Formats: sequence, structure tokens, C-alpha cells
Amino acid sequence: MSSDFSIIGKPTAMVDAAQKTTGSGKYTDDLSLPGMLVGKILHSPYPHARIKSIDTSRAEKCEGVIVVAVGKDAPNPYGILPVGHDEYPLALDKVRYVGDNVACVVAVSEVSAEKALELIDVEYEVLPAYFDPEESMKAKTDLIHDSKPGNLEKDYHHVFGDPEKGFAEADEVAEARFIANEVTHAAMEPHSTLASFEIDPHTGKTGRLTVWSSTQVPYYLQHKLSLVLEMPMAQIRVIKPLVGGGFGGKSEVIPLEIIAAVAARKAQAPVKITYTREEVFWAHRGRPRTIIDLKTGIKKDGRITAVKARVVQDGGAYCSYGVVTILYSGALLGALYDIPNIQYDGYRVLTNKPACGAMRGHGTVNVRFAFESQLDELAAKIGMDPAEIRQRNLLQAPCITVNGLRVQSYGLPECIEKSVERSGWKQRKGKLPKGRGLGIACSHYVSGAANSIIRSDMPHSTVNIKIDRDGGVVVYTGASEIGQGSDTMTAQIAAEVLGCSLPRVRVIAADTDLTPIDIGSYSSRVTFMAGNATLRAATEVKQLIAAAAAKKMNCAADDLILRDDLVFKQGSEAPGVKKESEEVEVTQAGASVSGRVEGQILRGSLQQKRKEEGRKDWMTFEEAVVAAIDFHGALTGTGSYAPPQEARGGKHKGAGVGPSPAYSYSAQVADVSVDEETGEVTVHKVWAAHDCGRALNPVSVEGQIIGSVWMGMGQALTEEMIWKDGMLMNPGLLEYRSPSSVESPEVEPIIVESVDPEGPFGAKECSEGSLAATIPAIANAIYDAVGVRLHESPFTPERVLAALRAKKNAKALNLTDGIDPTAPSRFREHGGSLCFKEKGPERHALDPSRRAPAESGGAD
Amino acid sequence: MNKELIELHINGRTHEVATEPSALLLDVLRQELQLTGSKRGCDDSSCGACTVLMDGVAMMSCTILAASCEGREITTIEGVAEHGALAAIQKAYGDWGGAQCGYCTPGFIMTVKSLLAENPEPSEIDVRAALSSNLCRCTGYSQMYEAIRSAIDAER
Repeated sequence: MSSDFSIIGKPTAMVDAAQKTTGSGKYTDDLSLPGMLVGKILHSPYPHARIKSIDTSRAEKCEGVIVVAVGKDAPNPYGILPVGHDEYPLALDKVRYVGDNVACVVAVSEVSAEKALELIDVEYEVLPAYFDPEESMKAKTDLIHDSKPGNLEKDYHHVFGDPEKGFAEADEVAEARFIANEVTHAAMEPHSTLASFEIDPHTGKTGRLTVWSSTQVPYYLQHKLSLVLEMPMAQIRVIKPLVGGGFGGKSEVIPLEIIAAVAARKAQAPVKITYTREEVFWAHRGRPRTIIDLKTGIKKDGRITAVKARVVQDGGAYCSYGVVTILYSGALLGALYDIPNIQYDGYRVLTNKPACGAMRGHGTVNVRFAFESQLDELAAKIGMDPAEIRQRNLLQAPCITVNGLRVQSYGLPECIEKSVERSGWKQRKGKLPKGRGLGIACSHYVSGAANSIIRSDMPHSTVNIKIDRDGGVVVYTGASEIGQGSDTMTAQIAAEVLGCSLPRVRVIAADTDLTPIDIGSYSSRVTFMAGNATLRAATEVKQLIAAAAAKKMNCAADDLILRDDLVFKQGSEAPGVKKESEEVEVTQAGASVSGRVEGQILRGSLQQKRKEEGRKDWMTFEEAVVAAIDFHGALTGTGSYAPPQEARGGKHKGAGVGPSPAYSYSAQVADVSVDEETGEVTVHKVWAAHDCGRALNPVSVEGQIIGSVWMGMGQALTEEMIWKDGMLMNPGLLEYRSPSSVESPEVEPIIVESVDPEGPFGAKECSEGSLAATIPAIANAIYDAVGVRLHESPFTPERVLAALRAKKNAKALNLTDGIDPTAPSRFREHGGSLCFKEKGPERHALDPSRRAPAESGGAD
Repeated sequence: MNKELIELHINGRTHEVATEPSALLLDVLRQELQLTGSKRGCDDSSCGACTVLMDGVAMMSCTILAASCEGREITTIEGVAEHGALAAIQKAYGDWGGAQCGYCTPGFIMTVKSLLAENPEPSEIDVRAALSSNLCRCTGYSQMYEAIRSAIDAER
């Protein structure tokens, strides 16, 4: 199929790969401006306190300090959601988590700024704090936000179909509580923002603002800066340089982005703020700790009759994306399987911890862990193969689910089939030695939200294309490259449609002054939406080129094919395969620079010759471009994309979240072993089949699938934010235990192409949908290996061991008994749930105490 | 603190830098010499994004005093490309998807260079052990192994 295309479907190095591998590419912290100052933020040491006074006078007198910004310098609230404007750049009267932002010192150097931080005198009145969501919901006094009674950010109660009837009809019902602990993005690039004001030439006063920032959402940042600084959006330019990973952590406005602008305004000089790694952990916006009470009923034939889920999310101190997260958790119970009856009760609760927000697989991951684990349990109850029970509950696509989600392309059946086949599931399942097991699970995700955060009819993506006489194609897109391959996807689609080679295409992206609006890189929307906008813009330009070329070639525009830098008549022999002498001529024409000055051909006598001789069956791309500019006056095109009305979901309260123009699908098999003595889980291999509609760039698609599975494995086995009285105990990459190469299994990505009717060339998302299946696939494999079902992630040795001991009715080992974590007498560097405040002893990278790499499994 | 003049040999060139005795090599590279290819990703030498070669050995520049590097031969990512073209490992990282967001990539490439200088035919276990000094959050490392294998083949 991919042979029908000349660009897409072929493994392609990213267009910015050389910038990344040579170190020449610039990320925000790599930028500097003349006279640039450094900002450092003072964070709250208390989880919940009223600020009685702030005295910055001692700090301001410090050598090298220019100004100290505080809350009253910009007292306007903001937040990513219109319903959640509950944050201030710097605290006005209250701090709500350890790490909340209190003041910002602007100084000539980092060292001076840090010294001055210690000299800011803040008088706090400490308030009772809430750390557990279920306790927090009972609060009557000292609310985290006065406008949120019971510290409840938002709750939703949805009933679709008749769940009670569904459960009555069920032959087997399972009910359990699952807990997924909190995880964070930990993108390799710490957040960074550089803000600079210009002097307005007309008023002579502070004028336009330019902000360079590590963001996934430059246009939202522009909007929030405008709100807080009370400046028109047209006076604010946001530029996104290279971004070192986001995973959702940069998909909303992070405090430093606004603080840098506030500080630059006060200091009257450019200010750069870059977070330390610890500050990144405090800024957080990760996946909330989620408590899921789940009940599922099935018939003896494996068909699901009803699902009931009560979900409580520990959202932290601010709304962030919380309302959306709690809605996704319910909405994405649908669109994977055919579930006729659903009851969902979701509670987003405020606590005195850093705000949770969107993280890869936003909203669906933790509930999917619970659901897929429970489905596995039910399969065991009725004695059905876990792969088969999933096949028994497939949707009959195209369809609209009971909760109003439109499903068109549906590659899940093939995903299950392929992952089962490649993993040798049928041959190996149940025949492995004790301690080793296989588990299967499925997941899905949206290819962009059908409704944007700010409800409006505006397109979600717009793309402009300009081609000049040099034959260079410039694509202007607001889409944000964050490492996922957005710019490469854009270039590929433009080149494919225009029939030109990839090096001709230059992508200018994510600069609010230059590029048309695109709402950002989140909810896996870029390929589908910005891709469709690119497709439309390129098609518009292609039609202009074809019209002019057709005139020259005396044929209908529809009869022309644009491909491989040539324009030729359909049915005619493509000039690329003509006899050798002509081929040489073509190559020369392609390589020459052509263009005209005042009606004269500047270079390219071949074109002049051809014009005179009137060859009519083909032209080079450049000749066709010149002809089109001569004919039309300019060669530009615009395309935009808004999700179709039919894809925007139902009418119930909260129906706006969940609908997408297309869903991606994933099925995975995990091969694990469990050490019954230590409780340690080793993942040998994961087979992950992902339906991405069409793989525009197979290298990137595979990279995204592997990356998702890997990140899911991190959440399944090691990653966990550990709290003690609102204090994060592991705010470092080693303590957080992001897996290194020796802890990472082999992942075999399997691309499934269902060719979506509305995706660009049929493409859908591939960056998030695979994550959610990995956690339950591993949990189910652990069950297969040792017969214990884990209800709390991550599956650390302590939790696995506790489950194993409980199964044997052995006495529970309480490893933390009698230990005060804040006063350690001994260290355990990687202690799972036993983690101390101080860091453990330093270890060399090749320290033998690090685990040897896992044997690659699957062959036995 | 008073600044002192130190002489650093970086990527075959000699730089005189006035710096505080407490200045870290990474900060001097990034802020004084605008060699921003080496990155800072953590506070505690846990991520390896700042890895450079010191006399051919991979070291984390975030935990080395710049002043202690006098007389040593330092290679940063900016010194890896050969004659204006990508080195085999750089090309392979691009072609095989070894780099996604690219933030950790310079550090990984320096680590791989150090590994291959010491062990031109590393086994997969050798590669995994060597790469464990660096963290990546995008790739899950798999495509890096393919890139390294392909670079070794290309160098042959």
C-alpha cells in the first residue's frame, strides 16, 4: 500500500535530527539575550499557610539583585481551563503546597539570586493541610480554595444504559478497589522561559513582549500572559524553541512562564528562569493518585453486561486540567469495548500537594489498569482465555458508543490478533515455569479532542504554505514539535501532496507572530488535526500549480500527477523511468536554480529551451512553480481543520470531553517473571500492536509505541511520587526511579493500519494510546506467573511480596514499622514505599549493585 | 569570589576563561563559551545529559570544577561532527530514531563514543550497562541500540 506514496510510509529521519545529534539545536535554556538577568523563585516551605507579610527589603539590598517580584506585581488569576482560573503567578495571600510560588528574585547571576532568596522574610500562619483525597472531601473549615466546598474541584455522575439491569443479568460480577499512585512526566528538559519586553517606538514606554518557552501550547501561553499582564494578545509573541520532551507536563501554563514575564516587566530587562530538577517535580501537573472502585458484570459467554466505576482523583492544590482528567476517566470507559451499561461517578479532589494535570494517556491510564485487571479476573472466573474475552467484547464499528463517542476506524481486533500471534500466546500461555507468566491488555486513546478547551467554532489547526520562485516550499504551522516528530510529519504531508522532495520543504513552527493558530501538542491531536490542515493547505497549492502546468501542457489539471519533483500527465510514462539521456536532463533541471528577474530567466537555459521547443508531456516541479507564480501572481495556500460536528459527542453535562474524530487502539502481551523470594518483577519483553490508522513515518511510530510502553512500564514497576506530610520525598530522577537502559525490556512494536476515513492519509495518533495497556498487561502477567492480583501500582517488591504472603496467609512484613522517615537511621537508596528524606549514598554508574540487564525473553 | 584565568582545551581549540574557582565545567561550557550542546537535566549527576569526554573518557561536566580541567583534552558534542558532516553515530541516531526530543542525545552520544573507543565490538549487555549512566525519557532506549549497531557497521 505504501508504494502508492513517494514520501509517507517510508522510515524518515526527523527534519531536525541533525540539530539534535550535533547539539546545535537551541532549547530555551540555551538562549541568551544581551543584558539578560536570571530569575530564581522562592517556594513555600508549608503545604497550607496564609501569608501574613512579605518583606523583600533585605533581599533587594543584596549585591547583584535588581528587583524582587511578589504577588501584587501581577494580581490576576489564571488557569489552563476557563473554569479553573485559581492560580496566581506568585501567591497573593495563601500558599497551598510545599513548593508553591511566593516571590521571584531577579539578579545578575544565579548565585546572587540564590543568596537573596534566603533574605526574603515571609511571615506565614500555618493552616491545617489535607493530603488524602478522601479525608480532604470531609473538610468543613480551612478549605484549600474558599469557592470549593468539601475541597471538591468537580464531580460528575453519569449513567448510560441501565447498569442495575446489566448487573442483574450478569452471570459473574467482580468488584474491587484499585489504587494507582501518582506519577510525573520527568521530561529530560527542565522547564525554562526567557521573557523580554521591547520599548514601543510610538509611546516610548514598555511595549511588546516576546517570550521563548519550553511549552507544548504556545497559543494558550500567549492567551494566559495576556490575561495576567493585562496586555492585548497582539502585543505578545510566544516562540517555542526546541522542547526537550513534554508528555503533558508542558501542556499548560507553568508558573515560571508567567513569573518570568512579570519579573522582566518589573526589572525592565530580559529575564530567564530555568527550573532545577526539584522545581520540575514541584511544578508537576502529572498523573494523579487515583482510587478506583470498580464493578464489572459479564455473562458466561464473556460478554460484558455492565460497568460501574467510582473514581477519586487526588488532584493537588489547583484545578489545572483536573476537570478534563476526571471526565476522561469516565468517558474512555467507552470506545474500546462494547459496553451496554455504564455508571460513572468521578470526584476530582483538592489536596495540599502540587497540582496534577495532563500526562501521556490523560485520564484513561489508571482506570484502564483497573478495568483490564478486572476483565482478566472475570475471564479466569468463567474459564475463558484472556485474549478471547477481549475478542468477545469488540465494538461493531462504525458505531456510536452508549456514551456518545463516534468510532469509525477500529483496528483493535487486528491488534489483539497480531500481539497474540507474535508473542506465541497460544503456544506459551499456561505452559511457562512457575514464576513466569504472560498477560494481555488493551487500550485506546483520542486522536485529539473534538472540543477544544475554550469552546468556540474556530479551527483547531491552521497551516499556511508559501512557495517562491526558488521552488522552496515553506510551511507555517502553529503545531508544536516536542520531540514527537510534529515538524517531520508536517513536512512529509506537504511533500507528499505537492509531489516534491522532502529537502525542499522547510517548516516554520510555533511562533505566534509568524504561524497561524494551532491549539498545541496535547491529547495526541497533532498528526490528525495539524496533519489534516497541512493536507488541505498543500492541496490548495497543488491545485494552483496543476492549473498553471495544465495550461502549459494543454491538458486538464486533473490529468496531472505531481510526484518526485515532477509534474506529468496521468497515464503517460513517468519521466523518471525514461531513457537515460532524458533522465540526466531531468536531474540537471531539478538541481538548477531557476527564477526570473524582470521577465528574464535568471538561470536555467533548459527552461528557456523547453519553452521554445514546447515540450508538453512533463515539467519539473520548479518549472511548474514558476509557471504557477507567473499565472496566479503568488503561490500560497491555507488549510484548516475543525473536528466534524458528528464527532463532538453527546449532550449530557461533561459530554465535551472524550469525543474525538478518531481513536487509536493497542493490544499488548507482556512476558514477566516474579521472584517469589524478593517480590521483584522483571519484564522480559512486551509485544505491542498499535492501530495508528496509517504510519506516516514508521520509525517515529515505532519510537512512539516503544516510548509509551516503556513509560507505562515505569509506572507499573518503579515510578511513584512518595509524600510525607505534603513533602515530596523523591524529587530527583534517581529517587523517582525513571528506568535506565539496564531496567528496560525489549519492546516489539507492531504497526496496525486501519486507515481512518478522516485522518490525513488515514493516520491517527500513535503517541499515547499504547501506554495504558502496559500496566494491566504486566499486572495480568504477574497473576499468570504467581497467582496474585495486584490492586495497587507500582508493583514494587514490597507490594508483590505482601500480596504473595497474604495469599499464603503468612504474616505481613511491615518493613517500615517503627521507622520515622524524616529521621533516617539507615538508607535505602531505592526503597520503593520506604524512601527517606535525604538522598542515599552516591553510586557510580557501573556500580555492581545495580541490577544486571534482564535476559531477553520470548525464545523459550 | 575572585575570578581566575584558566586555560581549557576544548574540541581542539584553546580557550582562556576568567572564572570563579567554584565554577562547574558545564556552566563554563554553556554560559561562558556558548557551547550549549551539553545539557543540564538534573541537580545531582543522575541524568548524564551533560556528559563530555575528558581525555577520551565520558564524564559528567555538571560535577567537575572547570578549573580542574586545565591541561585535559575536553570533547563536547560540538566536537563530534567530522569535517562538517555528521559522524556515523550522529547519522545513525537520526536515522534509527535514537533521538526524539533530543535533549539527552548529546550526552548519550558522548557516552557511546567513550564506550566504542574502549570496546569497539560491545555486546548488547555492554551497551546497556554503558548507557545506564544516562537517562532518556522518550525512546525507551530500544532504537538507540539499533542506532549504535548500525554506526558500528558503518564505521567498519
